[in-house]
Amino acid sequence: MDFVGLPVPYTMKPRRISEFLIESAIFLAGTISILFVVLIFIFLAKEGFALFRTVSLWDFLAGKDWYPISYPPRFGALPLILGSVWVTLGAILISVPIGVACAVYIAEVAPHWLREILKASVEFLAAIPSIVLGFIGLVTLVPLVQSLFNISTGLTALAGSLMLGFMAMPTIVSIMEDALTAVPRSYREGALALGATHWQAIWRVVMPAASSGVIAAVMLGIGRVIGETMAVMMITGNAARIPTTLLQPVRTMTATIAAEMGEAVQGSPHYASLFAIGIVLFVITFIINLTADFFLHREK
Amino acid sequence: MNPKISVKNLHLHYGDFHALKGVSIEIRPCRVTAIIGPSGCGKSTFLRCLNRMNDTIEGVKTEGLITIDGEEILHTGADLIRLRKKVGMVFQRPNPFPLSIFENVAFGPKLHGVSGPKKGGRAPSLEEIVEKSLRAVNLWDELKDLLKDSALRLSLEQQQRLCIARLLAVNPEVLLMDEPCSALDPVATLRIEELIHEMKKDYTIVIVTHNMQQAARISGETAYFYLGELIEFGRTDRIFTSPEKKETEDYITGRFG
Ligand SMILES: Nc1ncnc2c1ncn2[C@@H]1O[C@H](COP(=O)(O)OP(=O)(O)O)[C@@H](O)[C@H]1O
Ligand SMILES: [Mg+2]
Repeated sequence: MDFVGLPVPYTMKPRRISEFLIESAIFLAGTISILFVVLIFIFLAKEGFALFRTVSLWDFLAGKDWYPISYPPRFGALPLILGSVWVTLGAILISVPIGVACAVYIAEVAPHWLREILKASVEFLAAIPSIVLGFIGLVTLVPLVQSLFNISTGLTALAGSLMLGFMAMPTIVSIMEDALTAVPRSYREGALALGATHWQAIWRVVMPAASSGVIAAVMLGIGRVIGETMAVMMITGNAARIPTTLLQPVRTMTATIAAEMGEAVQGSPHYASLFAIGIVLFVITFIINLTADFFLHREK
Repeated sequence: MNPKISVKNLHLHYGDFHALKGVSIEIRPCRVTAIIGPSGCGKSTFLRCLNRMNDTIEGVKTEGLITIDGEEILHTGADLIRLRKKVGMVFQRPNPFPLSIFENVAFGPKLHGVSGPKKGGRAPSLEEIVEKSLRAVNLWDELKDLLKDSALRLSLEQQQRLCIARLLAVNPEVLLMDEPCSALDPVATLRIEELIHEMKKDYTIVIVTHNMQQAARISGETAYFYLGELIEFGRTDRIFTSPEKKETEDYITGRFG
């Protein structure tokens, strides 16, 4: 915009300076956050890669025994990786169908007043600290699983899956609900005007139109599950054995780090192995976030 | 000739707002009927009564009588799916689904099952229906090699044609068009008008337009709406040369609107 009559440098100068300051501040903030990510990764790599002086990468990733403090120590992380994978897969199997159904109900079916209540409740769920959920899971889910399947302990992968599925649901529901609500009304009208029923319009037009957001919601839900620590540590039993069914105790990567970091001698191979587990987690979450990002920004 | 659509004393409320005030009109088959009037006078609302699209809006109350081929459509038990198959709608902004071109046209037949005139004793295949529908809107030659592409890549004119093809694929009898050319440039507009002209031998077409030249060019009958009322209805040439009502004349001669 030109201010006709006023000398341009005179009017522009104060604005230029404040503009410059604001831009620099934003640039600095952005750069610092990137710098932190890089530093964290370097730190992780530096500490973690020390392990591979003792153990080969293959023996670490594919080794079946995790005995970090026996003599000689064994650093096979496969049981931990599989523990995380099992619990996560179980959680996804539980949370995705329910989460999708819930999001569709909130976005497409529920009357206006109920929609607001449900959205607020879902957000409230997301705000419950995981340790609290873990505690509730410990006193409710664990005995339930034990008596339901008549097994010696309810501290199992299944209990962890149920718990984590429940914890991933708010993420899945709220992101997916946003995606569904963002689908233009004209798509629904077009489908209805062709004689589609409400459900046909949702499944054949609205869901495909929102597919990027739906997939991103699921990926972020998975990210939430795989990084969760306290709740799983409390209810999965923490046995570092390769699980064959969901009804066995498992130990996840996150729980291992949390449980053993306190006792590992700084600089020892055990200490390094926990960082190496951290790298594995980091890589997995990174890939998941990248995939979610890809779907969120995919050009239609 | 029996009217295709007969509307008697139609009232519609959006909540407290009285949007249609006792509209009565008879629409003849295989003709183009134009609905004109200033913006906000209820043209779209009226059109959306004819396939009951207003049902999708909360707080709408409709009273009166609408019969299509002698069948009452406003009662609560009316079969909306059958109604909307028979009475298709083209919207103001082209709204192809974010699917492939083929899937857009195949959408209706896939919902309702493949139907249509038997060919050599068998129902036509999905591919045949898609081809026939795209040919009917003169898109086949342009798009026959691009059927797997996203429909959102097409030009606005192609999108609007595709939306018409999408309707034709379910064998409708009535086509409702709500300002179908308002998003298009003048050349595309003329070409869509030509298409409407070709289609009127097979379909009963009701078109809302704010463009009076367009109404004059393509329609056999014209209805003039003002503030929710049908002011005047009759043959287009008569409405445009010697309107009976002062309001119609004022609107047509451009004194307001
Ligand atoms: N969903 C709605 N809720 C409330 N009022 C509406 C709604 N849709 C339209 N109206 C009102 O009804 C009147 C007629 O609208 P419309 O049929 O869209 O007019 P037109 O198509 O002739 O421009 C306008 O005054 C408009 O504000
Ligand atoms: Mg309108």
